[in-house]
Amino acid sequence: MKIPVRFVVPAIVFAALVGFFIVGLRLNPGEIQSPLIGKPAPAFSLESLGDPSSKVSSTDFSGQAWLLNVWATWCAGCRQEHETLLAIARENRVPMLGLNWRDDRALASRWLAQLGNPYVSVAFDPEGRTAIDWGVYGAPETFLIAADGTVLQKHIGTMSLAVWERDFVPLLAPAGEG
Amino acid sequence: MRFAVLIGGLLLAAQALAIDTGGAFEDPAEQERYERLIRDLRCLVCQNQSIADSNATLASDLRREVRELMIAGQSDDQIRVFMTDRYGDFVLYRPPVKPRTWLLWSAPVLLLLGGIGIAVFVVARRVRAAQANPAALDEEPEQR
Repeated sequence: MKIPVRFVVPAIVFAALVGFFIVGLRLNPGEIQSPLIGKPAPAFSLESLGDPSSKVSSTDFSGQAWLLNVWATWCAGCRQEHETLLAIARENRVPMLGLNWRDDRALASRWLAQLGNPYVSVAFDPEGRTAIDWGVYGAPETFLIAADGTVLQKHIGTMSLAVWERDFVPLLAPAGEG
Repeated sequence: MRFAVLIGGLLLAAQALAIDTGGAFEDPAEQERYERLIRDLRCLVCQNQSIADSNATLASDLRREVRELMIAGQSDDQIRVFMTDRYGDFVLYRPPVKPRTWLLWSAPVLLLLGGIGIAVFVVARRVRAAQANPAALDEEPEQR
């Protein structure tokens, strides 16, 4: 039996649409590729969270790879990833700098005192200006910056050890470790 | 009459920027420019709203940046570049025309041409069928 063309064509169009939907629905619209990857890290010099008289800046770790983790006490994902950050800090492979985004100084300090502090230092950005320079739109976000100051990797959302091992650790060796 | 007032009120409400706390520019032309710029920038948190529509904190921060860049004398293009350098083309509601977006921008024309092509094909086939068998004009052309 021969199937008429007028049945075949709609079936092919339908199958193509289903294909597009299957791919499209699996994409996460919340993950927007950062244009910063491969570009020099945006410079900043901000008050330290713990000590307003001292500065934390983007050049603090120049000459070695470092992590920038954007967090805030109002951010649920930051609470979820905190244990992971502590574990990464314990690995002691790469220093982690915190960017406290649009937060309250007292609340943020208490958070670190209660939950533990994975950061070498924390920059305080209550107006969110440095966060905009880094293209931050949803905490938590984690950046890896190479020894030469270029941004190597960005993870949007809660950091897990699986993501850390998959997306960050392989970049560490050429990034200036060892 | 009551209906006209209702429609008028709704049209007025559409112009309101109730969530913008920054105050208006003194120069109406600058205010218009500001409103046009923030209507064309996407709020990254609530992706189907512009930063003019959204009351997310990030949207208000980005409105503040636009306002400050305007006061600093930056052009529309410089402000857009400031945004795309940080957030990528996704921040623009009007994607730029470049090789990656050619298909996107040409899609309406391509779809229209495709539709015209199908219409011409179907009509031509029906005309041929009618000429071959004028008595069957009222029947389905596929039932030749």
